[in-house]
Amino acid sequence: MPPTSAPPNPIKPSIAWMEHQAIQYRKAILEMIWQAQAGHIGGSLSCIDLLTVLYHHTMEITPGNFAQNERDHYIHSKGHAVEALYAVLQGLGFFSREALDTSQRKHSAFLGHPTRVVAGIEHNTGALGHGLPVAVGMALAAAIDRSPHRIFTLMGDGELAEGSIWEAAACAAHYQLDRLVAIVDCNGLQISGPTSQVLSMEPLAQKWAAFGFAVREINGHDIAALAALFDSLPFEPGKPNLVIAHTTKGKGVSFIEDRAEWHHHVPSEAEYHQAMREFAAAESEWEARYANI
Amino acid sequence: MPTSETSIMGKPNQDIFSDTLVSLAHENPNIIAVTSDSRGSGKLTSFAREFPRQLVEVGIAEQNLVGIAAGLAAMGKSVFAVSPACFLTARALEQIKNDVAYSNHPVILIGISAGVSYGALGATHHAIHDFAVLQAIHNIDILAPADNFETEQAVRTAVTRNRPLYMRIGKKSMPHLHPPGTPFNIGKAIQLTPVQEQYDVAIVATGETVAPAAMASRHLAAQGYSSCVLSLHSIRPFDEAEVMHAAHASRVVITVEEHSINGGLGSRTVAALMQGRIWKPVKMLAIPDQHIITGSQQDIFEEYGLNAEGITRHAVTLLEQGREKVQ
Repeated sequence: MPPTSAPPNPIKPSIAWMEHQAIQYRKAILEMIWQAQAGHIGGSLSCIDLLTVLYHHTMEITPGNFAQNERDHYIHSKGHAVEALYAVLQGLGFFSREALDTSQRKHSAFLGHPTRVVAGIEHNTGALGHGLPVAVGMALAAAIDRSPHRIFTLMGDGELAEGSIWEAAACAAHYQLDRLVAIVDCNGLQISGPTSQVLSMEPLAQKWAAFGFAVREINGHDIAALAALFDSLPFEPGKPNLVIAHTTKGKGVSFIEDRAEWHHHVPSEAEYHQAMREFAAAESEWEARYANI
Repeated sequence: MPTSETSIMGKPNQDIFSDTLVSLAHENPNIIAVTSDSRGSGKLTSFAREFPRQLVEVGIAEQNLVGIAAGLAAMGKSVFAVSPACFLTARALEQIKNDVAYSNHPVILIGISAGVSYGALGATHHAIHDFAVLQAIHNIDILAPADNFETEQAVRTAVTRNRPLYMRIGKKSMPHLHPPGTPFNIGKAIQLTPVQEQYDVAIVATGETVAPAAMASRHLAAQGYSSCVLSLHSIRPFDEAEVMHAAHASRVVITVEEHSINGGLGSRTVAALMQGRIWKPVKMLAIPDQHIITGSQQDIFEEYGLNAEGITRHAVTLLEQGREKVQ
């Protein structure tokens, strides 16, 4: 898709910039996990394009407005993919690059799941099935206050087995919370194997639609398409929004992609260098793609 | 302290909770009550009628109730999540732990029909585990007001405290236990009996067992025994100093609670005394670790010695045992 598909906006970064930035974030995720010798690489790489678009294009969340409620809000419900969130928040300037060097070390604020101790994070997650109910509460508050701001939350597809999600889904539709934007990072894998084999939630789109959501499906790695989709929010007035983002777990590293065993596997030194070479190759491809624009 | 054998009877604490909430909402449009099909049992029908925009109904979904309450609180609302204590503190325990306590969102959780208020409805409807599970979770206050005064004060204070808080409230009419002007502070026990240098027995009680403890104090007085009755309306923060002081000044100590014998007021008190090097004979009165009998709250109190007669009997036994030992 040509990088000019998003509406021109002098403030927002271009699609091309975001595509480039997503590669930088992939490097940061790998570096964090390599340094800490721990982390969730598969799920972080599957959602990093989504987070890049959300934080750099769609949501109004900055270090400058974070202390106030009058802004958009984001809950990282699939908390294990915290390295992706740390990478983007660091890119936005919530904290320094050096701060991440302490990740998962003794007494570090940067533990293996999101907490509010870290600047830019607004809810502690890690146990699955918690983000949507909290996001529904925030969207209710926005509705009560007649605020125009949106509440975003990102869930994993394996996470959808949690019953609390469906309690919240019914409630979101009942209260017609069209400021709520729930996104499923549908990478098709969870720790034990394919989601379709562990506990199939198909037909997923129909399930959410039956619960009263306006559902859209999209390639969760197509930054231009994601930006355009989020520009069209709310999808249907009076309905909560649900995006099924079809993604590849471990996206961007050939030997990690689509492999359940890489859920929280730590690369060897050789694998680390191989992955970094693949990111460098992606960067070269990006440069070639935009050389004539 | 009640002045006569037949104390002046007040209302159920749940009624006082709802009256206080209505009164607070008149002053504060930021107050939101969230209920899980529990507005009737939570006595919130008048609140719902007066403040329809400040009531959020989530249906019979306690996990969602607490998650939503945390989200509302995160956006600056003053939130009361109201649900039967049995479901609130068991079904939604992970939401209390992660979304309220760990995430530090100032939700006020109201566990209605607490303890064995539901009586013969059975163990599904009993909440005798709440002190134990919540004490093991960091960053949430735990309150159990005894009478109408303590309930109103606890609710009003909770709003200004602006931090995670759980309060259990029963459904039975409670006698008035405190004279007007009694100071109320979260984390500070209230002594119901006149202050003396020494007592025969310290009775440390909480919630709806404070009234029978006060009655037992009068029965003991009739038998020539003096007592110090403390209302521990705050299980956390726990008033170690006052409990240790009362125990130190007494020959024996009785703890009384509408809770499992495991992990409640009794074990908290004993831990404080032992670590404070106060060695006194202690009897912990609570629901024993066994299949609970069928019956009303009154029947259950009677069965396990949590009524005035039981507390008196156990106090006398403990005092006489002590005397035998000394002799």
